[in-house]
Order: sequence, then structure tokens, then C-alpha cells
Amino acid sequence: MKLTKKEIEHIATLARLKLTDEELKKYGSQLSDVLSYIDQLKEVDTEDTEPTAQVTGLQNVLREDVIEDWDKQEIKEALKMAPEIEDRQIKVKRVLD
Amino acid sequence: MKLNELTIKQARALLLKKEITSVELTEACLGRIKEVDDKVKACLTVCEEIAMSEAKKADERIANGETGELLGIPYIAKDNILTKGIRTTAASKILDNYIAPFDATIIKKLKKAGAVLLAKANMDEFAHGASTENSAYGLTHNPWDFDRVPGGSSGGSAAAVAADMCLFSLGTDTGGSVRCPASFCGVTGMKPTYGRSSRFGLMAMTSSTDVPGPITKTVEDSAIVLGVMAGNDKNDASTPDEKVPDYNKDLSKNIKGLKIGVPEIFFGEGLNKDVKEIVNIAIKKYKDLGVEFISIKLPHAKYGIPVYYIITPSEISSNLARFDGIRYGFSEKESKNLLEVYTKSRGKGFGAEAKRRIMLGTYVLSAGYYDAYYLKAQKVRTKIKEELDNELEKLDAILIPTQPTTAFKIGEQSDDPLKMYLEDIYQAPASLSGLPAISIPCGFAKDLPVGMQLIGKRFDEEKIFNIANVYQENTDFHLQKPKI
Repeated sequence: MKLTKKEIEHIATLARLKLTDEELKKYGSQLSDVLSYIDQLKEVDTEDTEPTAQVTGLQNVLREDVIEDWDKQEIKEALKMAPEIEDRQIKVKRVLD
Repeated sequence: MKLNELTIKQARALLLKKEITSVELTEACLGRIKEVDDKVKACLTVCEEIAMSEAKKADERIANGETGELLGIPYIAKDNILTKGIRTTAASKILDNYIAPFDATIIKKLKKAGAVLLAKANMDEFAHGASTENSAYGLTHNPWDFDRVPGGSSGGSAAAVAADMCLFSLGTDTGGSVRCPASFCGVTGMKPTYGRSSRFGLMAMTSSTDVPGPITKTVEDSAIVLGVMAGNDKNDASTPDEKVPDYNKDLSKNIKGLKIGVPEIFFGEGLNKDVKEIVNIAIKKYKDLGVEFISIKLPHAKYGIPVYYIITPSEISSNLARFDGIRYGFSEKESKNLLEVYTKSRGKGFGAEAKRRIMLGTYVLSAGYYDAYYLKAQKVRTKIKEELDNELEKLDAILIPTQPTTAFKIGEQSDDPLKMYLEDIYQAPASLSGLPAISIPCGFAKDLPVGMQLIGKRFDEEKIFNIANVYQENTDFHLQKPKI
């Protein structure tokens, strides 16, 4: 399983990662190695096997949809972590160009 | 004996007899951190002032007649666990300036119990690794040999306990991250059943296998800490409403007649000769104590790594999507538009291994590959889990080495990601199946600690605590200290 440079670039775009040329090259060969290794799963017969996503045995844990008060100070501290704030709101670049 | 060298049980007895205070205990640990941590480098942030004020509060509570098991006991937490008002980085540059706005549930519980947080421990960035070499803030040294890694990803937490900087520490285990460093550093590391203790406030890595666990000097202490951490949490829907038993109750119960399975596959090729010999001596010890050993076959266990390295990067690529330079963490100012804020902040903020895993996960989940990789891995995961569950129905526990080798040299395999992934081979099956597993010291190979791992039935931590504790009652490997 050998990934082309174009494929690696495509994955980086999907992953929202800006990578250097050197990184693209390095990850290309390392990911190819890992993918070749995990290819061995093909030999396992899973024809009648259900997939396992989680192991707790719990199903549909529900709760009432109610608004809970959160500690005001914690909210303030959380907002303080944002790179740019204006009027208690997080400022971002325009979404539409 | 110096106060920082005490176990929780010993310290608690002295605290309740008023022979020592939590302030003295905390000072001794902080003193030890100052004395040795410039060599070990286990701590990323030391919170001296907060610790001293918490210790004073604990002493007041003791004076008022409170007797909680962790009251006044100093500990260190891995840096991917949120601690309110304290810098919490997950050893990543993308969270270099992050101050946690709230406490993880397990931290809340420990605070309520009166435990004293001393510091935040180094780790592989976002817990991706088995050596703590992937930290963005430099590596941690193994207290037994400074040229070697402490294991990972909870390497700082394990090294801190081994070097007596604290009485216990918290780690997180996704595919061996508590057990591996516990083994390499010669301490006791418990990965509880998935869902046994809350993940709320842990930085998510692989949500379907992440679980926090204690790293301690003894099994007795491990039982004490888990007893406080464990239990249902309304903020984590994957914690079942199972009663938390008194883990201290049956610790010394006679283990005669218990049945332990030994999977051939983990004693064959790839297992270091010295490690094999030492684990076999431990098995002999158990046989002398009346335990019956049964050879078992786990034909799908060998697929643990390929399954783990599909499921893990997949969940990572999704969980780490939240680090986008918008709400918190590093944000690249020099960006032309919103997309560039994402790509540049992430490109610069994440380290090499985090990016590698995000890429791998993104690829295996991308259009056209989902069935071949992710779905296939989830199906093989079922096989691995069913196989272990079936065997455990007839057994009390399964015993295997924790790691196939002792601690390796710094830099020895950091350039080869696949080789590093194979470090998790003895860990992945219990993680993928959500089973509890404890690593305890069982000897030394060329002066380096060797650990063995006991895997139990789901939500039956009691049994493996019992089996592990009886071993410690009959051996003294866990009492050995590195010379620093």
C-alpha cells in the first residue's frame, strides 16, 4: 500500500493540517508502512461478525433535556481562553469570502 | 524513612495518629521534586502554593475528626486531566497557554476526599506513545536508568511515583498507557474496567477505550485510590450504574484454588528471554500459593495492534478536531481566512505523532476506505473481545508479561512509528475489550524492573487486586527503590 504525494496532500486537507513538504514526504512513507502492516486484518474471517463500537453493554443512555446552571466563574474562565473576545463572544474570521 | 517514601496506607496511619501532618508530607514531596526532578523531568507544572493551602485544609479536616482514606495525601496528575485554575497542556504546544476552567470528575472526587495535588505530570503529547518521548516539553527519564525511557504515555506519572515525588499519581490508559510505564518504572499501575471511572474532564483520545487509573507503590494503595475515583458519573454516559465495592475488603483473601490462564501467544516469539524467565518465576510463586495455571489459546490476540491502530487514530482524528485555534489553545495570528486559522494553528500546534495519527485516522475513515479499515477493525475487535470473555468465564484471571521487554534506551525507536506501535502488543487486547488489568513489579532483568499483568473480568477489579496483593504480601520487588 503506497500512498502518492497527491493522496497525502488530500488527507492533510481533509484533516485541516498545513504540512511542510518534508512532513508530507515523511508521513507518506510512514503511513504506507503502517497501512501495509494493518492489511493483515484481511486474513480474519468476519463474515458473520457484528462490529463492536463500545464494550459497556449500555444502550441509549438518556436524560431529561433540561438547562443546567453552570458555575458563572467557570464560564468566564473558559471564555478567557479564546484568542479573541468581543462582548462575551468569540471573534472569528469571516466564514464567507 | 522519609515522609515522601511512605505508602498511602502508612501515611494515613501516621496522619490519623497525629504523628505527622499533611503539610509536612506535602513539604517532603515538594522537596523531593526540587531535589530530583531536574534529572527525572517528570513534572510539567508544579503547583506549590495550591498544594500547601490544600494540605493546610486537610490538616484542619483531620483535626476536626475526619478520617477519609486520601485525606491529606499528596499526589500528581497526568497533564491530560483537567485541573481547575491550573495549566493543563496534555504535553502539547497547541495547549501551551491553556488553564483548565473546571475540574475533571476524578479530580473533583479526589479534592473532596482531601487529596493534595502537587503537580501535573509529563506524558506523550495527547497520550500518543509508549515512551513519553513524544512530549512537546522534552522527555522524562526512567528513575532506574536515566538513559532509558520511563514508558508511556503516563511516563511522568509513573516516574514520579518510582522516584517518591508523591504518594500516588493518576494516569490514563487507552492502550497500555498506565500499565507500560508502571512496568518500566517498577510501580503498580491499574487500568480499571472501561467505564469504571469517569472520563469527564479527560482530554479524549480514543473515547471507546480511554480510562483513568491510579499509579501507586503498592496494590493496597491502588485499591484505596480506585475506591475513591470509581463510580457512575452523570457527565459520562459510559459509566454504568454499578456499585463500587469496598476494594480493601478482600485484598488478602486466600488465593488457593484460583484458576489463572496463561496465553501461549504472549510467551512465544518476541518476548525477551530474561522477562520470560522472571514472569515464569512469578508463576511458580503463585503455584506455590496454590493457584492453578491453565494454558489457553487466544488466536485473535495477535490482531490487537492492527485493530488498535485503526480504531485509535480514527477516534483521535475526530477527537482532536476540536483543536482548531478558535475557542482555546494556540491560534495562528497570520492567517488570511478561517480555513487558514484551522490548518496553520493545527499544523504548527500539533507535534509529529499527533499529526501522524490524525492523518492515519482521517485516511481510514475517508470515503471508500471505511468498510475496509474501520468496519473491519471493529469486527475483529468483536472477535478479540469474545475470545477473552469466553476464556475468562472459566478463569479468575489471565496472566501475561506487561511489556515484552524492560525499558528501552532513549531514542532507540523514536524514528520508527510502527516499531513504537508494537510496544502496545501486550496491552491492546485488554483495552479493546474494556477489561480491568493491573501491572505489578515481579523482578529485575539487568537491574531494570519487569512487570506482569493480571487481566480480570469486566467490573471485577476486586479479584485482580486480591491476586496481585497476595503476590506483594509474599514478595518484595515492589519495595525496591531506584538509587537517584
